[in-house]
Amino acid sequence: MKEINELNLPEGLHYTKDHEWVRVDGDTAIVGISDYAQDQLGDIVYVEMPEVGNEFSQGEEFGTLESVKAVSETYLPLSGEIVEVNEALADAPELVNKDPYENWLVRIKPADLSELSALLSVDEYLDLLNG
Amino acid sequence: MKTVLATGGLILNEPLLWEKGKRGRRGMDVPASDVPAAKIDPEFMGVGPDFPDLSEVDIVRHYTRLSQWNFGVDTGMYPLGSCTMKYNPKINDKIAATPEIAASHPMLPDRLCQGTLKIMYELQGYLATITGLDAVSLQPAAGAHGELTGMLIFSAYHKGRGAARTKILIPDTAHGTNPASAALCGLHPVPVQSGPDGILDPEVIARLMDQETAGIMVTNPNTLGLFEENIKEVSRIVHAGGGLVYGDGANMNAIMGVADLKKCGLDIVHLNLHKTFSTPHGGGGPGAGPVCVVDHLKKYLPVPRVVKDDKGYRLEYNRPDSVGRVHAFHGNFGILIRAYSYIRCMGAENLKKASQLAVLNANYIKEKLKGDLHLPYDRPCMHECVFSDQKQHEFKVSTLDMAKRLMDFGYHPPTIYFPLVVSGAIMIEPTETESKDDLDLFIEAFKEIVREARENPEILHEAPHLCKVKRLDETAAARHPCLTG
Repeated sequence: MKEINELNLPEGLHYTKDHEWVRVDGDTAIVGISDYAQDQLGDIVYVEMPEVGNEFSQGEEFGTLESVKAVSETYLPLSGEIVEVNEALADAPELVNKDPYENWLVRIKPADLSELSALLSVDEYLDLLNG
Repeated sequence: MKTVLATGGLILNEPLLWEKGKRGRRGMDVPASDVPAAKIDPEFMGVGPDFPDLSEVDIVRHYTRLSQWNFGVDTGMYPLGSCTMKYNPKINDKIAATPEIAASHPMLPDRLCQGTLKIMYELQGYLATITGLDAVSLQPAAGAHGELTGMLIFSAYHKGRGAARTKILIPDTAHGTNPASAALCGLHPVPVQSGPDGILDPEVIARLMDQETAGIMVTNPNTLGLFEENIKEVSRIVHAGGGLVYGDGANMNAIMGVADLKKCGLDIVHLNLHKTFSTPHGGGGPGAGPVCVVDHLKKYLPVPRVVKDDKGYRLEYNRPDSVGRVHAFHGNFGILIRAYSYIRCMGAENLKKASQLAVLNANYIKEKLKGDLHLPYDRPCMHECVFSDQKQHEFKVSTLDMAKRLMDFGYHPPTIYFPLVVSGAIMIEPTETESKDDLDLFIEAFKEIVREARENPEILHEAPHLCKVKRLDETAAARHPCLTG
C-alpha cells in the first residue's frame, strides 16, 4: 500500500471525506474515487453504478465498488442527476486501480454548485488523510 | 524457535473424478435381480448421466488425496476470528451416529419419536438457560437464517401493535450479515458508528432512535472482540422508543454462563450451535442457528413448536401469531444432536470455564503480540483480538502477506480485512481449544513473520511457499471466474 506522500492527488479537484472526487466540467461534473481509495480497496473486481436519470442528494450512496477485500459504497459528492455512467468499467473494473482520475465513475448534472463549499481542497483532504 | 510446526511433505496431485477412470471399471457388483422384470414407460427413458467408470481404489485414493490437501481444526490451530473454530469432540459425532437417533425418520408420528422430541425439548431448555431468555426455536439452519427469523419476529411484533416500522439500527461493529437479514424483511439499515473506545455510545443511539425505527441489531461481544459495556443503557433507550433489541449471539463463546442476555435487555438472540456448541463447520457444511426470545415474543416463534404435556412430547402447529415455518422437518437435526451432546458432556460449570479460557487465550495473544503488531483498541478483549498491519506499512508488507506466510508455519490464517472499522484488520480467535504451549508456538511464529517483514519482505510477498497451492490470483478469480469443471 502507498504511503501518503506517494499518493497522486491532483489539484483542482474537490474531494469528500469518503474519498470521492468531483470536477466541474461545463454544466456537468464528473465523479470518481481518489488514489487513496483505490489503494485502500485493492484490486477492484466489480463496479455497480446507478442508471442514467437517477437522482441523488449530496452524500447519498449511489453505487458500490467490490474489491478482493471488501465491498464499499460510493457517495455522491454533489446533489444531482446521473447523466452518464462510465460503461468501460463494467468489463474492466481494474481501470479504476490503474488511474482513478482518468477512469471516472459517473457524470452528473449538479443541482446546486454552492454545495462545493462543503467539499475539501487537496490540502484539506491531505490533512484528513494525515489524521 | 524451538520447534517449527510445518514441514514439507509429499502431496499427490489428483484430477477431477470425471477426468479419471476407464470404460468398464466398477467399484461394486449389483446383485442379480430376484424380482420379475417390468417394462419402463418410454417417457422415463433416455440417455443416462455421464458418470465416470471408477474402481473402488480409484475413489478411495481420490478422497484420501483431497483430504490431505485440507487443513482443519483436527490438523492444527485455526484462529479464524469470528468463526469460533473450536475442536469438535468426537463423542458428539458418535452420539449423532447412534442408529436410534440417526435412523429416526422425520415423518414419524409424535408417539413414535418421543426420544428425538425429548432431545429437542431439552435442548431448547438448555439454550434458554444459557442465554437467560425464555423460549427457543431450533429451526433456523444457521446464523443468518436465525437473524432473518428474528427480523420476521420484529416485523410481526410491530405489525401486531398496528404500527409497521421501516428502519433498523446496525452498528459498524455488527456482523456483516445483519443488515442483509434486516433488508430482506423490508427494514432499511441505518449504520451506527461505534465510539472511540470501540463500543456503542448510548448518546448516539438516543439521537438515532425514533418512531420509524424497529429496533437495533447488536453483536455482543462485537466484531472488535469487545463487550458492549453500555448494552443495558442502549436497550433501555431502544425500548423507550418502542423498539426491540436483537442480539447476534455468534460470539456467545465469550460469555457462556457469564452474561445474562435478558438482563442486558435483549429481546431476541440467535445462537450459532456450529460455533459455540462445537459442531463441525466450515466448508459450507450445515449449521444451526436457534432463536431465543423473551416471553412476550414467544407467540411469534416458528411452528411447529416442541411442547410437553402430561401425555409426553408433541409438535404443536396451532400458533396463529407465528411467523410460520422456516425450515423443513426439525431443522438441521444432526447438528442439534451434537450441540446437545456437547452441552450434556460439559455441564454448566465447564461451559462457563470454556468461555473463560477462550477469553484468557485471546487476551494472552493480544498482550504477547501487541509490541509486534498495531493494536487499534488497547483494552481487555473478549474471545478474539483485532490487530492491523499499520506497523508493517513501511516495509510494504500487508495483512494478506502475513496471513499467507502463517500457512508456511502450519497455521490456518486468521480472519483478515474484517471488521471493516479497522483498516488491514487481523482478527485472531484462538478459542479455548489451544493450550498455552500451542499458543506460545503460534505467537513465536507470528513474531518471526514480523521479523521477516522487516528484514526480508520478499519472502512474505511470495508466501505461502510450503503449501500445495502457492499464492492464488484472487483478483483474476473474481474478475474472470471459471464456473464449470
